[in-house]
Amino acid sequence: MTLDQSYVGRVYPPTEPYEVSREKIREFADALNDPNPAYRDAAAAGELGHPDVIAPPTFGIILTLQAGHQVITDPGFGMDYSRVVHGEQRFEHVRPIRAGDVLQVVVAVESVRAAAGNDIVGLRAEVRTVDGAEILRAFSTIVARGTAA
Amino acid sequence: MSGATIEPGFALPGQTFAISRFDLVRYAGASGDFNPIHWNERVATSVGLPDVISHGMFTMAEAVRVVTDWVGDPAAVIEYGVRFTRPVVVPDPDGARLDVSAAVRAVRDDGLVEIDLTATVGGETVLAKARAVVRLPDGFSGGGSAA
Repeated sequence: MTLDQSYVGRVYPPTEPYEVSREKIREFADALNDPNPAYRDAAAAGELGHPDVIAPPTFGIILTLQAGHQVITDPGFGMDYSRVVHGEQRFEHVRPIRAGDVLQVVVAVESVRAAAGNDIVGLRAEVRTVDGAEILRAFSTIVARGTAA
Repeated sequence: MSGATIEPGFALPGQTFAISRFDLVRYAGASGDFNPIHWNERVATSVGLPDVISHGMFTMAEAVRVVTDWVGDPAAVIEYGVRFTRPVVVPDPDGARLDVSAAVRAVRDDGLVEIDLTATVGGETVLAKARAVVRLPDGFSGGGSAA
């Protein structure tokens, strides 16, 4: 089926606030087998000028993936979730995510197109603190394979 | 300002990352991405994949360690983007080996350094257009590892 082009430009409501803990950052870094002390040791992070432990560059996907699900599973939009794969991902950081941040994500549909039988959707996710400070922007390309016949 | 040796063509130390089923299960839990194609062979093959595949985001996260391990401060990575071109198949028990190399593409007028990453498994490219934009810490010399 063809996706609803009128969704281009649609902006979804902010996600529920997510509080970043030291433990979650360490768990994520452990899952990457990444021993960098900036992810684990507040003193080591402090020596680099950070007020607390910071998160790895791709940590934001925890928040933005969930935010993107609002779009992928929106029945009015019409994506076939079972055929969805990740095409591209890009992060632009204003500053690193760090322990203690309370973050919300606003996701928007940037583009909807079909190519080679696939539906291809571009999403933009803006991650801010609940106080409104911009932390990062994440751009995702989501592909639903073979659904745009 | 960046060190004098950091110029286009400068090669960062490459690394090889082993990826096992255990890694994928742990990453699923840490990231919240429980898509079964990343841990369940039956589901993976039922959708036409040869076997369980890595989360693209796991591959992406491992690859940029060539940059963060080099710089030391992960906050140096201002931008990072990739295109997922080929699934990384992770058979049990052998797993996969992700080879990552990186080289400076350009040093911008504002001092930011563009780094191109090359990520392959068994000689085949798995990430395309993989690029990081990095703000090098003051006094960073690049570790004297110019190739």
